[in-house]
Amino acid sequence: MVLTLVQSAPSPSAAPLLDVRALSLGFGTSKTRLLDGVRYSVEAGETLCIVGESGCGKSVSSLAIMGLLPQGAAHIHEADIRFRGERYDLNDMAALRRHRGADIAMIFQEPMTSLNPAFKVGDQIAEAVTAHNDVSEAQARDRAVEMLRRVRIPAPEARMNEYPHQLSGGMRQRVMIAMALANDPALLIADEPTTALDVTIQSQILDLIRDLQAETGMGTIMITHDLGVVAEIADNVAVMYAGTIVEAGPADAIFNDPQHPYTIGLMSSMPRLTGPRERLTTVPGTVPTVETMPAGCRFSTRCPFAQPVCAETPPQREFGRGHRALCHFAPLDDRLERSA
Amino acid sequence: MLSFILRRLLIAIPTIILISVFVFALQKLLPGDPVLAMAGEERDPATIEYLREKYRLNDPIPVQYLTWVGNALTGDLGISLRTNQPVLELIGEKLPVTIQLATMAMIFALAIGIPAGILSAVRKGTVTDYVANVVALSGLSIPNFWLGIMLILLVSVKWQLLPASGYVPFDEDPVRSIKVMIMPAFVLGTALAATLMRHTRSAMLTVLTSDYVRTARAKGLSERRVILKHAFRNALTPIVTLSALLFGELIAGAVLTEQIFTVPGFGKLVVDAVFNRDYAVVQGIVLVTAVGFIAMNLLADVAYVLLNPRLRKQ
Repeated sequence: MVLTLVQSAPSPSAAPLLDVRALSLGFGTSKTRLLDGVRYSVEAGETLCIVGESGCGKSVSSLAIMGLLPQGAAHIHEADIRFRGERYDLNDMAALRRHRGADIAMIFQEPMTSLNPAFKVGDQIAEAVTAHNDVSEAQARDRAVEMLRRVRIPAPEARMNEYPHQLSGGMRQRVMIAMALANDPALLIADEPTTALDVTIQSQILDLIRDLQAETGMGTIMITHDLGVVAEIADNVAVMYAGTIVEAGPADAIFNDPQHPYTIGLMSSMPRLTGPRERLTTVPGTVPTVETMPAGCRFSTRCPFAQPVCAETPPQREFGRGHRALCHFAPLDDRLERSA
Repeated sequence: MLSFILRRLLIAIPTIILISVFVFALQKLLPGDPVLAMAGEERDPATIEYLREKYRLNDPIPVQYLTWVGNALTGDLGISLRTNQPVLELIGEKLPVTIQLATMAMIFALAIGIPAGILSAVRKGTVTDYVANVVALSGLSIPNFWLGIMLILLVSVKWQLLPASGYVPFDEDPVRSIKVMIMPAFVLGTALAATLMRHTRSAMLTVLTSDYVRTARAKGLSERRVILKHAFRNALTPIVTLSALLFGELIAGAVLTEQIFTVPGFGKLVVDAVFNRDYAVVQGIVLVTAVGFIAMNLLADVAYVLLNPRLRKQ
């Protein structure tokens, strides 16, 4: 039996799949913007990695797009977002709910606790299907079995009737992926999907996501702090620091020609197997909190090149191919040579 | 599952033995002599001796205990020192009354407490939450006897909607039986509803912030389904356990409420028996109540296992 699912029209080739032009929000009554002018876009079939330290706002930005932030907690200052070229309204809860799990799906960092312990995994996947499609219970279950097979879970029929506690962490993450992709979403947001898993399982899950992406042509936003993961799967990279995207561009440009001091610091903190052996560097200090957020450039408190001008809002500098950095002094090449 | 129940039953046996020893010993420690009370004003030594012999009160206490236990095991809980009725018969008369009252009170408690708890958890920090909490606190703080008297004054005396007191057996006239029982059940139920509401609220608050509730939302399920299916199902465990314990307490009788509405239940029986040093009746009631309480606990454990797939298959 073939199950037809609601397929949305292909996106117009000109517009990116998801285009976050500006997203700023804060929590509670605090005036400080936890996310400030976050801007990134992802095309169909492409993988965008959002990298940054914990607490930099990576997860918050994707939860905001999913409409999954605790209600009433977040105050959205500005949100100019397009999905398939159409306005995507973060305040329209009903519309967000129709998108969730249908054309935008999300998987999370904690596979051990992300599945409901009281229900069989098969029912939990089937529920994602019935939530968005007018299909019978049996059809939904067939689709669930098919999805379990696609995420390469052996004996999917038997697994349908198992409870989450009977599955390992890697298996549970596969179930989460099966659930997320059950409605053939156009966009998958993966929030550190491998962080909680063993290293061997990590690469299996990454391979799986990559293969499924190739099959379906979905766009993927991968949120991670692991530069190894980025190097492995990213087409484009957005580097996030203290709620702003400090640098974004094609993966090779970010790795080989970083322009923002923070990105440079990140890259030199990653060990490399090739090239001359150098001492690994660290970025001194910690991410500023909402209370200690500096005016102007948010990295200025830790930046080795900081100047008085950094107290002013930094300009967005473009270097071609979509490579851009948020810094008064980018491109940094001349400055680096002078200080060397 | 069967072996689990059997295991729990085996564990219950020493508990019941311990309770029986305790009850028996406490009775012996109580000041006052039932025989003196029975012998009347004259306190004729011959009568007293006869009565002591009749109720075997001259035997050593351990022998008295074993005799009592032996009889209890054959279903003979002794004879009321006051009315000369078999204790089992007395209990048999009162138990249905108490069970009906307890069941109706529990229905009130569940019907009010659980929805109120869910609502105040979902609307945490809003007016709804505050109102629910204030009502719950009032439910806990208002004494049963006061609420009972006020209800009688308003509903029975002023509006003449429900009978103020009495009891009609359920199998005689179900409608009247329920009507008579509504007010005492409501009075008992509101106090329990408050407790249930607080526990439901805190259980729901914990569950609502869990990762799997976020997953349920991420699937695009309606908020109603997220709350009533994914969240509530996991909040149910503490609620079921608490309900079973509360029901067990209700079985022990509600002395004040039964007194106000003159419901001839366990509460009234046990108070009368204590005042009259009616050993056999007190022992019998406590034993039955204890067994009832243990049965409720067992039921809670079974429900706990049924609700939790992690415990089910072992």
